[in-house]
Amino acid sequence: MVEIRGLHFTRGQRKIFDGVDIDIRRGEVTAIMGPSGTGKTTLLRLIGGQLRPDAGTIKVDGIDVHRLRRKELYQLRRRMGMLFQSGALFTDLNVFENVAFPLREHTDLPESLIRHLVLMKLEAVGLRGARELAPTELSGGMARRVALARAIALDPSMIMYDEPFTGQDPISMGVLVKLIRLLNDALGLTSILVSHDVQESAEIADRIYVLSGGQVIESGTPEELWQSDSPWVQQFLQGEADGPVPFHFPGGSYRDDLLTGKQRGGRR
Amino acid sequence: MIAGFQFLGERVLQSLTRLGRGHLFLLQILAAIPAVLLRPRLIVAQIFSVGVLSLIIIIVSGTFVGMVLGLQGYYTLVQFGATESLGVLVALSLLRELGPVVTALLFAGRAGSALTAEIGLMKSTEQLSSMEMMAVDPIRRVIGPRFLASFFALPLLAMIFSFLGVMGGYVIGVNMLGIDDGAFWSQTQAAVSFYDDVLNGLIKAIVFGFVAAWIAVFEGYDATPTSEGISRATTRTVVNTSLAVLGLDFILTALMFG
Repeated sequence: MVEIRGLHFTRGQRKIFDGVDIDIRRGEVTAIMGPSGTGKTTLLRLIGGQLRPDAGTIKVDGIDVHRLRRKELYQLRRRMGMLFQSGALFTDLNVFENVAFPLREHTDLPESLIRHLVLMKLEAVGLRGARELAPTELSGGMARRVALARAIALDPSMIMYDEPFTGQDPISMGVLVKLIRLLNDALGLTSILVSHDVQESAEIADRIYVLSGGQVIESGTPEELWQSDSPWVQQFLQGEADGPVPFHFPGGSYRDDLLTGKQRGGRR
Repeated sequence: MIAGFQFLGERVLQSLTRLGRGHLFLLQILAAIPAVLLRPRLIVAQIFSVGVLSLIIIIVSGTFVGMVLGLQGYYTLVQFGATESLGVLVALSLLRELGPVVTALLFAGRAGSALTAEIGLMKSTEQLSSMEMMAVDPIRRVIGPRFLASFFALPLLAMIFSFLGVMGGYVIGVNMLGIDDGAFWSQTQAAVSFYDDVLNGLIKAIVFGFVAAWIAVFEGYDATPTSEGISRATTRTVVNTSLAVLGLDFILTALMFG
């Protein structure tokens, strides 16, 4: 479904991706994992065509995303759903209108049909009763479920989740875990899940890619990953504070820093 | 010394790139306008929020500016025994200058800053991004209607401002200070020309509307998506719009009445 080859991407001075190959298979839930700041969200934006890679190709359904003209890209995006970390609901519209938004923008369906579709999507995420609420009245978990209903409103063939579990209470987390798997199987979707929550991702993913330092350092099924002999992967899975990934952000020598008393490397 | 030059150069380059981004953004908006015009309901909703909701401040300011002009004008004119010309003074100052300029300044503070903050927040909460991912162009859906609404609303507000200002001057001059009713209006009618004064004032308001709308949506769209960035963007909207309006007013006045 998605084929990433030799992906390079730099932001400012920092190399985010340095030759990444990823295959996402149709019908599966694929988790992309790695510590914060490894460019997981950037990867989703690259797949969605919001950012351009410096080198390498990303093909979705055999189509090179970054060769498309604007109109074709917008056509392709209708087949992709994306769930943002914050939910990114439109705060000036209520829950119902948020879910109806893509339908109203892209179709000329009669109002009664839109109503049916919206209620179906809301029922799928269990929030049909909350349709009159404003986004500000929702809890974080509910907002993400509404965003999920909105993302599947146009029946995409693929859906991307950006950190869906971050900052959720255990119950919301359980609901989301269940929903992601359920929707994937019931609607025949392909799901890409970007996350650093090891337990939850391992629970639902068919395949996991672990990113670090701009490269894929391990991939495979969750079971294979637990067996990995890479100390890095083990540190990540076990959540140890120090190891191959240093506790300290790279900087000059601590001693020099204290003794010179001058601000170095800071801006102005 | 060198650091000073570097700093200066960096600042100049930054401003120039911003200016360039602003113009490219304007081109994008202009290219999207035909599509925006096909959805008048979106524009009407925005005209309500930038225009109708600005009415109170425009009505109050317009009336009071006219009343103050009436009082001040009267005290000067009475020394020359020319109090009947008060209407001319009030009407010409408002139509040519104060109407468009003060309306634009008030608009920047009331509606422009709100637009910038709204768009900036939509950006920082990823609403614009998520719209893009839903294959909806935010320039067409969000920016375009807001731009057009401001562009339409400002000239209308300026006309209301001028009208109420003249009425304010009339109330002060005729009802309070006792100028003759007929003389007030006949002098005004004789001195105010539709093309030279009313139309030129309207052209000014249209130009200001364009600039105010452009600056407000650009600053919002270009804002750094943090709370500090949005606060700076709203400030810039008010400051830049005010400066642009005053500068353009000078140029337009020199061209029109020179």
